[in-house]
Amino acid sequence: MKIAVCIKRVPDTETRIRIAADGVSADEAGVKFILNPYDEFAVEEALQRKEKAGAGEVVVIALGPDAAQETMRTALAMGADRGVLLRADAIPADVLAVAKALAAELKDGGYDLVLFGKIAADDCAQAVGPMTAELLGLPCVTAVSKLELDGGKGVAHREIEGGVEVVEFALPAVLTADKGLNTPRYPALKGIMAAKKKPVEVKPVTFAAPRLRVAALEMPPARKEGRIVGEGPDAVPELVRLLREEAKVL
Amino acid sequence: MTAILAVTEQRDGALRKVSREAVWAARQLADQLGATVDALVLGAPGVDVAAADLGAAGADRVLVAADAAFARYAPDGYAATVAERAKAGGYAAVIVSATATGKDLAPRIAARLDVPLASDVTALGAEGGKVTASRPVYAGKAIQRVVFEAPQGVVSLRPNTYVVGSAGKAGAVESVAAASVPARVTVREVKASEQGALDVAEAEVVISGGRGLKGPEHFHLVEELAKAFGNAAVGASRAVVDAGWRPHAEQVGQTGKTVSPTLYVALGISGAIQHLAGMRTAKVIVAINKDKDAPIFKAADYGIVGDLFEVLPKLTEEVRKAKAG
Amino acid sequence: MASRFDGVDFYDVASLLSEDERAVQATVRQWVDEKLLPVINRHYVEGTFPKELIPEMAQLGFLGANLPEQYGCAGLGNVAYGLIMQELERGDSGIRSFASVQGGLVMYPIFAFGSEEQKRRWLPKLASGELIGCFGLTEPDFGSNPGGMITTARETGGGWVLNGAKMWITNGSMAGVAIIWAKTGAVDDARSIRGFIVPTDTPGFTAKDQKGKLSLRASDTSELVLQDVTVGKDALLPASQGLKSPLMCLTQARYGIAWGVVGAAMACYDEALRYGKQRVMFGRPIAGFQLQQQRLADMLTEITKAQLLVLQLGRMKDAGTMTPEQVSLAKRNNVDMACECAREARRLLGANGILVEYAAMRHLVNLESVYTYEGTHDMHTLILGEAVTGLSAFE
Repeated sequence: MKIAVCIKRVPDTETRIRIAADGVSADEAGVKFILNPYDEFAVEEALQRKEKAGAGEVVVIALGPDAAQETMRTALAMGADRGVLLRADAIPADVLAVAKALAAELKDGGYDLVLFGKIAADDCAQAVGPMTAELLGLPCVTAVSKLELDGGKGVAHREIEGGVEVVEFALPAVLTADKGLNTPRYPALKGIMAAKKKPVEVKPVTFAAPRLRVAALEMPPARKEGRIVGEGPDAVPELVRLLREEAKVL
Repeated sequence: MTAILAVTEQRDGALRKVSREAVWAARQLADQLGATVDALVLGAPGVDVAAADLGAAGADRVLVAADAAFARYAPDGYAATVAERAKAGGYAAVIVSATATGKDLAPRIAARLDVPLASDVTALGAEGGKVTASRPVYAGKAIQRVVFEAPQGVVSLRPNTYVVGSAGKAGAVESVAAASVPARVTVREVKASEQGALDVAEAEVVISGGRGLKGPEHFHLVEELAKAFGNAAVGASRAVVDAGWRPHAEQVGQTGKTVSPTLYVALGISGAIQHLAGMRTAKVIVAINKDKDAPIFKAADYGIVGDLFEVLPKLTEEVRKAKAG
Repeated sequence: MASRFDGVDFYDVASLLSEDERAVQATVRQWVDEKLLPVINRHYVEGTFPKELIPEMAQLGFLGANLPEQYGCAGLGNVAYGLIMQELERGDSGIRSFASVQGGLVMYPIFAFGSEEQKRRWLPKLASGELIGCFGLTEPDFGSNPGGMITTARETGGGWVLNGAKMWITNGSMAGVAIIWAKTGAVDDARSIRGFIVPTDTPGFTAKDQKGKLSLRASDTSELVLQDVTVGKDALLPASQGLKSPLMCLTQARYGIAWGVVGAAMACYDEALRYGKQRVMFGRPIAGFQLQQQRLADMLTEITKAQLLVLQLGRMKDAGTMTPEQVSLAKRNNVDMACECAREARRLLGANGILVEYAAMRHLVNLESVYTYEGTHDMHTLILGEAVTGLSAFE
């Protein structure tokens, strides 16, 4: 089984975001970057599928700056075989441009499965996976929390409000991974050492003029100072009164 | 004349609440641009068109694409139909709800149309004839404002961000063709979840529990309070989901769901930054925690310091009374 | 408490690490947050070692990580090895002690003094965690002066017979194999000390838990008794020669300790900082008070110095230029500073600081053992004194 996993380097999810001087991006100074958490599920799924099949190749593909190579090593340390970095100093806000670059890389790769994380922790677009699938003309299921593959067919579960959709598709296909699909492994120390020797191919990419312009990045409006209504069960009637009369939500 | 297309969402033939929000948002934008609003309903023949509702929410026309394959969500057919309609109608913007379905559908439409997409938008506007959108990024830790530099764009709209008013439009019903494209994926069935139909991402009231509940066996206290509200969904912190006390579907926060309910009640949740990111856009936040220094109190509008096991039953009782009265 | 650890790195020491060193640190850090910290308090209170964690520690490569891959180890450099110790001890000194003993005191002597056959036989099982080892050097009456040991090994026709007692042996009760140091010559002849690989199920070998510990409670500490323990010729570590052999092992372990305790200090500082920013007294966070800021500033300063100290020590170890005296300096300084950090953190936490929910007091009492073991603070003082004056104060 030949599997591609498209991954992204993102700021650590516990990082506090500061606005950069340009007013349209986040300040990267002192920020730790990690493999996007949902991409870990995608990498793990690819590795398990390959292990189950007993043969195949897992290729990780990232679009981003040179520094994304260190992120890619995390996936290689987990067990992926090789990497491709589509090098771009800045990732466009017009995520369709990203999908086009990935689709061009994936098109003739002969992949049985292309995996993405459900959502990137930075731009939260939740779009590159299905866009790439559309561009490639491949079946696509997003936010997969359970997956069964049997020969050339697959059944995926995706969570919807108040339920689960059971979706059928044929391979090759594009899937985006949700939490719950599996438990990602830790990159073992031997894996980390082995990853140093795995090949990473770097290919520069360029983008057309952006059609979605970031006008500003701002901190969310501060919430007004709240108050402690009281202590213990005796404070409950006052809370209920406030919810009804002041906040008008009851 | 320009127009805005609002894509509605139905389940089991009935329009979902978010549909009216999408239409209302389209109406607000259309009024700024001097445009008209078309609402598009995709469903099986006989789907509830709800023309009066959609008209009230601001639709000048309600376009119905009926196809037997559209009874359930049909990703390829839906995307092709919306894209064909969007091309034919020359819409400045296509607005989809950022629900589980809409988040899957919107990128497909944008790719088919080869136009930019803004996901999970919380506010739409117009600036010099161009559509602008505000959207939470970094899981709500920052807000990005984007401008569409293209004649057409796709937007997915976060549920619960627009309060639907009354626009009193005609909502004249017209049929449009459903695209006939092969389905690459098929939704074979929809399994209802055990938690019932109300999802944290859409509920007007979310009651979330954290580690302060001490064990999964005490979550019935959270469920009872949710029941007392009637319109509430049960949520959970990452800690308790990771500990296996509650299903992932209930997780609120950066690696779970981002919610914007009218009321968010945090029970025994300390308020880690990644949790706050997922619920800070709630209109009113209530926190109950035994630790008066817990960060959740900084985010909350109202707080009670106390033992959950004493406060919670009392709160459930009082809410029940308030609802009955 | 609940929140994830983001490191303490005021001088951007991470930028001095290689990509794979950072990756190793990330793996161990995540493992400690997700697997060790959720269970450590229970084990600590109950006085048990978290044995259930051994298979995963082994599978991830934490055991003997700086030994070669051909023996089933991860083949890491010494800085990466040090970072493992640092992150493990951020969790608990007992867990770091377990890994230190397995890697530095059991696997290392087999690697350094064993025959190729012994290495192939024992190292892969010890790396995989299938077999746990312990190190028997210290005796009830010979702690700081191991050369005075009275355990003996007498050669017989077919092998060796060992007699004696060992004390304060980490991993002793759960070990399947022990590295026992014994005199093969006269009891006053320290040059006759040799190492033996002794399976703990050999008749005459008994291990007993040491009860009543108020420190390192999540660690297995035992007393070993060897009564006419008969082993084959192949039990002898052929290249072990005199007291300097076990002392070489101790240098390995002390190197790991010098790194490890920085982790304990980082945990205490991190906890104190979070607590200080959250805890409100007199209407504002206590971290805003000058006395608490001095505590935090002192902790941060000492931690930062210690981080740079062990990093250079590791680079010298990789280059093969590190001396035992340099290790003594690092062990002495870092353990002492970690004790101070833990104490100040405990005090900053006020009454809450005595609860097991907070880590400071657990680290504080653990570090008292670390202060004493593997060469007491005082012994390292004298080692340094001898190194700079050429005059021994203890021999």
